[in-house]
Amino acid sequence: MENYASIVPLVVFIPLAGMLINLVWGKRLGERGSGAIGTLAAAGAFGIAALLMLMLARSGYEAVVVNPPILTGWISIPSAALEIPWQFRVDTLSVTMMLVITGVGTLIHVYAIGYMHGDPRFPRFFVYLNLFLAFMLILVTGNNLLMTFVGWEGVGLCSFLLIGFWFDKARGEGWRNSNAARKAFIVNRVGDFGFLLAIFLTFWTFGTLDYYKPGEPVRAEGEEHAAVVQTATEGKTPTTGETHTAETKPTGETKTTGVVQLGIFGQTEQWLKEGGHKVRFGSTELPLETILTLITLFILIGVTGKSAQIPLFVWLPDAMAGPTPVSALIHAATMVTAGIYLATRCNVFFHYSPFSSGLMTIVGACTAVFAGFVALGQWDIKKVLAYSTVSQLGFMVAAVGLGAFSAAYFHLITHAFFKALLFLGSGSVIHGMEHGHHHVEHLGHDEAHGDVGAHGTLDAHGEAHAAHDAHEDVGVHGGVVYAVEVHAHDDVGAHGSTNTPVHEEHATHGATNTPIPEAPLHGTLFDAQDMRNMGGLRHKMPITFWTYLIGTLALSGIFPFAGFWSKDDILASAFRAGFNDGRIEGFIALALLIVAAFFTAFYMWRQIRYVFLGKPRTAAAENVPESVPLMTLPLIILAILSVFGGMLNLVEPFVIQRLGMINEGLTVWLEHSVRFVTGGAFNFPLAITALAVAVGAILLAERVYGRNNPLTKKGRDPLQARPEMRQAFGIANAKGYTDAIYSAIIEQPYNRASQWLANVLDWKFWHDYVHEKLIWRGFDGVAALLSGPVDRSVIDRGFLGFGGLISRVAARLRGLQTGYVRTYTFTMLVGVLIVLFIILFPLLRLMAGGQ
Amino acid sequence: MQPSTIPVEYFVVLSAVLFVIGVLGVLVRRNAIMIFMSVELMLNAANLALVAFSRQWGEVQGHVFVFFVMTVAAAEVAVGLALIVAIFKAKKSIDIDELHSMQG
Repeated sequence: MENYASIVPLVVFIPLAGMLINLVWGKRLGERGSGAIGTLAAAGAFGIAALLMLMLARSGYEAVVVNPPILTGWISIPSAALEIPWQFRVDTLSVTMMLVITGVGTLIHVYAIGYMHGDPRFPRFFVYLNLFLAFMLILVTGNNLLMTFVGWEGVGLCSFLLIGFWFDKARGEGWRNSNAARKAFIVNRVGDFGFLLAIFLTFWTFGTLDYYKPGEPVRAEGEEHAAVVQTATEGKTPTTGETHTAETKPTGETKTTGVVQLGIFGQTEQWLKEGGHKVRFGSTELPLETILTLITLFILIGVTGKSAQIPLFVWLPDAMAGPTPVSALIHAATMVTAGIYLATRCNVFFHYSPFSSGLMTIVGACTAVFAGFVALGQWDIKKVLAYSTVSQLGFMVAAVGLGAFSAAYFHLITHAFFKALLFLGSGSVIHGMEHGHHHVEHLGHDEAHGDVGAHGTLDAHGEAHAAHDAHEDVGVHGGVVYAVEVHAHDDVGAHGSTNTPVHEEHATHGATNTPIPEAPLHGTLFDAQDMRNMGGLRHKMPITFWTYLIGTLALSGIFPFAGFWSKDDILASAFRAGFNDGRIEGFIALALLIVAAFFTAFYMWRQIRYVFLGKPRTAAAENVPESVPLMTLPLIILAILSVFGGMLNLVEPFVIQRLGMINEGLTVWLEHSVRFVTGGAFNFPLAITALAVAVGAILLAERVYGRNNPLTKKGRDPLQARPEMRQAFGIANAKGYTDAIYSAIIEQPYNRASQWLANVLDWKFWHDYVHEKLIWRGFDGVAALLSGPVDRSVIDRGFLGFGGLISRVAARLRGLQTGYVRTYTFTMLVGVLIVLFIILFPLLRLMAGGQ
Repeated sequence: MQPSTIPVEYFVVLSAVLFVIGVLGVLVRRNAIMIFMSVELMLNAANLALVAFSRQWGEVQGHVFVFFVMTVAAAEVAVGLALIVAIFKAKKSIDIDELHSMQG
């Protein structure tokens, strides 16, 4: 069976191939061609994932490590004992993620063909989507932390590219989009930093980054979960013909031989069993338990970044600037769940560090409540869903912290279904609103300024139409369309209020710098995403409405939709942690999550009321068409999944044996790859309570918003109109002032610090003092010293004096040259006589001596 | 041939006297011709010494050398007289003290 697993590299390769084809021939293939290539690549990856699932089911869920034909020895530094292979891990955990990513991904690809129709950069969109799929699949299939990190960074890059996909929209919109992209990237860097530190610390501690070595079982023989695990003897067979046969013994002799034979989790357990293991850091030693807490805390930082938890969640609402399929795929279903995947993969670490787990629970539960609260006060249809996603991710993170890994995973899967459905539904609505608006604009023009009431003044309308044409020219697609639209907006965050002061500044900056084809208009924005402009879409787009309703009910946790089961699983885990295990964070999580569940149901029903029920509030909403089948088909499929997704993990009283369902199917499935998976226990009173809370929230929302036009006469939210709720709504509408707080405690100090660095340190100290004073003046001083005293008075004078001396001596000697032949002759005679004397002098002495 | 009874010292002394007269002539006289003649006197004083010693030792090299000296002296006379004619043409005088344009 292991041989079949070697197809796993294809799951990454197929989207990559699709990306390359679209990258090279995208323009030539046209919309149909490139859309088909992208979708087929995603569907092909899904097919591979499904094959792998079947393979796992047939081989007894035995995890397999696959060495791909290329890149096997990825990073190898023998002298440093650094050996990081490029290995894929096929186990139930990774295959589940693969199925979710590629399955939901395929549907979203299909949807995107319809949604992105007419976009000038249509092929590029599919290039990015396929690249994203490839990275996401690397993330979940890697067998070591570094491969996961590669995918982790890659999806971050794709997220950046796709959030800023419409970076060139007119009138500063593009600035807003690219700022959102940058914000997402930068905030994620903070989390990535934590993840990196976790990787470094893991490597330092264990000397390897592999989760499990090839053939190493997840849990040792004879443990409580081992009933469903394959026997260790079968696990000993080498996987793909690599030379790992020596390393397949389940436990033992890691320390004695010094050769790493276990993955990081196996080593952890073995060392903890032996006890007293210390990790050396230079001159200090830390016990393994402390190290595990540190590693998990660093991982938690990474999780808060990628999975948008407090305090790093701020990027996700802004990420809604990207096209809606991106929001559905990346920012709801897949990428943001990478943190949950990572924490589940590292469940052994979290199991043995109660402090980190507790902190994680608190973080997740607080995020769930906070984001749910903020979602109550949002006007933008996608912002509501964005905060909802943050909130639901909080549920999952809390579940991971509670050790309920299967519950977290269960919620991850169902959430991927219904949140993708909701995002795609909102995209359908936005698309329809734009078409409706477009329709109204053209109609008004053809009828020679017929309906004055809906469009303000006659003069302004023509301009609006011109603007609209121009808007088409520059290829603006989603989001805000400019026109003259008379609408009573309140002052509280009229247009989604995403603009922080910094954004405003950039927006105006962009407007002045980029060439804008038409003159500025005197009119207000028409925001196709503002729920105040909608209403009554139920009859205009029935498929979107019914699927959206299903998504809403599933998210709210209404029986028997998917969200009911998964959310209840998490609540039951919190209950058990609190009441059975006596963990304080269990109580806290239970209380906070029930409040969050209440908020969830409330804001979702508010949204349904604003968008689909009642009467249309604008001309655009009156003329909304239903979306094309390419867009509605994925909605229908996701709606079906949202209805039946709960059956994945049905618990005891609900298991229908005849349908082939097994008790806690997902938990049993995950047992084979997650060491500390704990099955959920269905808790009837709790489930009834949760259901009552959700239904109560929906009924309350119906009471508040259940009119034909939920807005008050001043165009305000009913909650806002009530004096006792006004302040709370204001806080929620302002996103809990998080952007303001972040601006005050991070951005502004940062700006001040950088200004200080620029003005004081760089200019005043470095430029004025070091350069101007020390270097320039110093150089001048040294040069003056050298030229004046040294050069002029010493060197110059010396040489000039010498020259003068020569000259004076020469003047004296010149007198010898009389010009008279006589003189020369006499001189020569004297010379000859001297020479003669020298020659003859010894002779004379000899003669004198001889006598 | 019977060697002369005149001892060689006489020849050497005569030669020295002649040479000194030549030197003094060169140093003292201003007429270029006279200086020229004094130079010839010095040459011939040297010749006399060479011949005297050659005779003393019965060797022929001294004689041969004298011939060379006389030949070179003849050539020197030709060049020297030509120079004197040229100087006279330029200066209308052969007073050697008139020629001191090389004075420093």
